[in-house]
Amino acid sequence: MVTFLPLLSVLALLLLRSDDHVWIRRIALTASLAEFAVSLLLLRGFDSSNAAYQFTEYHHWIGESIHYHLGVDGISLFLVLLTTFLTPLAILCSWESIHVNVKGFFISLLVIETSMIGVFLSLDLFLFFVFWELTLIPMYFMIGIWGHEHRIYAAVKFILYTMFGSILMLVAILWLYGLSGTFDLDGIQQYLAATPLPHMTELLLFGAFFLAFAIKVPLFPLHTWLPDAHTEAPTAGSVILAGVMLKLGTYGILRFCVPLFPVGAAEMAPLIAVLAIIGIVYGALVATVQTDLKRLVAYTSVSHLGLVVLGIFAFQTTAIQGALYQMLNHGVSTGALFLSVGMLYDRRHTHDIKQFGGLATPMPVLMSFFLFVALSSLALPPLNGFIGEFLILVGTFLGHHVWASVAASAAVLSAIYLLWAYQRVALGELTVERNRTLPDASRRERIILVAVSLVILFMGIASPLFTRRMEASVGNVVTRVNAALNLPQSASVPPREKP
Amino acid sequence: MLGEQLLNLRRVAPELLLCVAGIVVMIVDPFVGPARKRWLGWLAVVGALVALFSVHIAYDFRGPAYDNLISTDTFSVFVHAIVILAAVLAILGSLDYLEREHIQRGEYYALILFATAGMGILAGANELVTAFIGLEMSSISTYILVGFRRRSEVSNEASMKYFLLGSFATAFFLYGIAMVYGATGTTYVDKVQGMLEGPGPIPALAMLGLGLMFVGLGFKVVIAPFHVYGPDVYQGAPTPVTALLSSAPKVATFALMLRVFYVSFGMVSDFWFWAVWISAVLTMFIGNLAALVQTNVKRMLAYSSIAHAGYILVGFAASTTLGVAAVLFYLAAYVLMKVGAFLIVTHLGQQGEKRLDVQDYAGLGSTEPVLAACFSLFLLSLLGLPATGGFLGKFFAFQSALDSHSAHGTAVIWLVVIAAINSVIGAYYYLRVMISMYFSEPAKDYVPSSVAPALGFAIFVAALGTLYLGLLPAQVLEIARTAADSLPLH
Repeated sequence: MVTFLPLLSVLALLLLRSDDHVWIRRIALTASLAEFAVSLLLLRGFDSSNAAYQFTEYHHWIGESIHYHLGVDGISLFLVLLTTFLTPLAILCSWESIHVNVKGFFISLLVIETSMIGVFLSLDLFLFFVFWELTLIPMYFMIGIWGHEHRIYAAVKFILYTMFGSILMLVAILWLYGLSGTFDLDGIQQYLAATPLPHMTELLLFGAFFLAFAIKVPLFPLHTWLPDAHTEAPTAGSVILAGVMLKLGTYGILRFCVPLFPVGAAEMAPLIAVLAIIGIVYGALVATVQTDLKRLVAYTSVSHLGLVVLGIFAFQTTAIQGALYQMLNHGVSTGALFLSVGMLYDRRHTHDIKQFGGLATPMPVLMSFFLFVALSSLALPPLNGFIGEFLILVGTFLGHHVWASVAASAAVLSAIYLLWAYQRVALGELTVERNRTLPDASRRERIILVAVSLVILFMGIASPLFTRRMEASVGNVVTRVNAALNLPQSASVPPREKP
Repeated sequence: MLGEQLLNLRRVAPELLLCVAGIVVMIVDPFVGPARKRWLGWLAVVGALVALFSVHIAYDFRGPAYDNLISTDTFSVFVHAIVILAAVLAILGSLDYLEREHIQRGEYYALILFATAGMGILAGANELVTAFIGLEMSSISTYILVGFRRRSEVSNEASMKYFLLGSFATAFFLYGIAMVYGATGTTYVDKVQGMLEGPGPIPALAMLGLGLMFVGLGFKVVIAPFHVYGPDVYQGAPTPVTALLSSAPKVATFALMLRVFYVSFGMVSDFWFWAVWISAVLTMFIGNLAALVQTNVKRMLAYSSIAHAGYILVGFAASTTLGVAAVLFYLAAYVLMKVGAFLIVTHLGQQGEKRLDVQDYAGLGSTEPVLAACFSLFLLSLLGLPATGGFLGKFFAFQSALDSHSAHGTAVIWLVVIAAINSVIGAYYYLRVMISMYFSEPAKDYVPSSVAPALGFAIFVAALGTLYLGLLPAQVLEIARTAADSLPLH
């Protein structure tokens, strides 16, 4: 139900005349807001003490083995909310900046929303894969049609990279089906719990799944598509890409890679953690030297998501909770950063930092918000970013002192690149004369910025409201991993099974 | 006796009706003035549609016909339906094309109908010489069709090339039949198996015969290393003929291959597995890598259909009932998307087939949004994106191949991995057409003509079918499984 609401509105949009821009925007916005409201209802009905999937839907689809099976648990709940929260903002921010083929743009945006929610909710591997691939095409169009200068190169790079990863995942899914005879996530988990895989098979399967997700995350050294795609995409595209689409990768790791193949995951953890740490430091260093503001924000994603991956592979409840929390934070904060950068772009049609400078004088409101979201992104307490980073580092430190110590440098580095960028953009004397007359944030932009800032603040102060609902499901993952690790040979003590 | 005859006639009803329709078209042809030749096309459409519905009659009275020369089982009925549907779509696509190229003639439609009848025989043949007759019927008709643009050098060259190499390939097939007969004393597909099962090793002569048949049939389905003629012929032929050629004969010949390899030589599947494996890998790589560098969309689609033959071979390699079902489903999806794609190329080629380059498609997304959307659908389906028939075709083919890994070991896993990598290579050239359609500015000096209703309808049917197979495949899959079960496998 939640999944297909945007798709319904796509049908409505298709019926509209393509030059009726006002109504296209209005309908798209209404639909996405309604979707957000529906997903809030989900939150209300969610039982946080229950680790199992809730609100499940189950129908036969193809043959006996493929089902339409959806459900939500503590891991996916907030990611769905994040998606439904960011989509209206993305629609609002492209209110005036999209002029070409407006109808197509909003249709793409809503199709992306549907397919991303579908990815988060699918409990059938076949269905999951269908939604996973469906996210690609609208995003491809979004970058390729409404993007900036090198958009075609970026779009092709984005789609080929991701497809390469996902096609091997398809082979792995088929292989799992061959072994267990089902595509259902629960069914596969039960099968794997009862019959441990041969070591090599488990490693290969883990590798195939992980490669797909690692490209999406993106983990160093598979990240090279990201700066291009993020920089070339229109603002709404970057917000959705950074805000939600990267989380598809980390979500996949948390939902599939780790619980299904705990032995493989544990074995590869040191290697992955090292890559993640390299990503953290490397992303931060590269971000520091960027002269393009959007590219700078794009590289922060490499750094932040490295931290998330590190948190997951620390296999501590705290760290995984932190990783999950950081996924949400990153979605909101980086999304907000891209929104602010997009607002600057709407005014000057450039991302070059040299073209800005001293902007706080002509537009104090916009710059204050920019500082606020930058601070949240660099994890200043009591804003949201702090909670996530802190939980990850504490959780990682429990098991791996060295990892946590190196990763902690991210906190310093992110302060450097973000504050320095802020200084070059906003502080000092006006360096470019024509910037003097730039208008400050409009009412529409203020609505966007206030909404984001409120969420940032709220997530910083009221984090238990979130973590409490995640706890049971995350605990479930951790128990499963620990059970598999302590007793790798013994099948007689099955891990806690989901009903 | 009479009852027996009637039963036989019912079992070959589709072929019979196709031939009758073809003959009627030929007879009426001289009495129709040049301005009204188009009506012959409609006559052919009606004939083919009647044949399509008569598939039901054949299904209701299924069983062996004419002393078991032809076996009308669910398998053959399924293939008939696909082949005749492809023919109907191709004829619909030809009506305005022929007008545009000033080659509107009655023979054209009659030849398509005869070719389709031949393919029907191929699909149902239970005896190798009968199969040979079917193969010749379809081949000779298509040789002429390929050269139908008489004033075009490319078309003539294509026809000549196809004819010479095609005759060569049929000779291989015939030699193969002779050797199998020499080794086993029978040409009945379902009896070869019993003859081979006797004591002692399997005679080398039979294996040689099988190899020769693989060459002959491999040529017709355009798999490497017998694919060399393919792109030239596909590019030179009139585009609606290419639509037909790249779909229906492939389907029918794959059906015969399934019968011969699975039913007659099922027990030696370890032997031919490797031939299929190597051929599949070569076909996929050659098809995809060559398509990467094409700038002519028609030629690119020709290479893509080579690549698709490779994916079909992946399902073929499984040598299980599941494999047969997967191949059948793939063929159904493949026909719809390929015919659809070529029909769009037919329209966009404009007079003299001049506008075939990727650049000529620039900006189609804004000038012709519906057509561009349909073309994107076919391309994405060829690429194998979920929610399209092409994806599920690949999915079932890969699944059935992996499923047979207890029999074939890791080789089959590698085969699937190679196929998977290939489908990503393929993504690049399909997406390139979409880049041109959506991300480039339309040419200023060119306004495409509107789509003719008949052609538009054919494209619409193909698009609908592609979506249907992608979203609600359960029913067709079920039929494909029943069809696979109806083959007498060992």
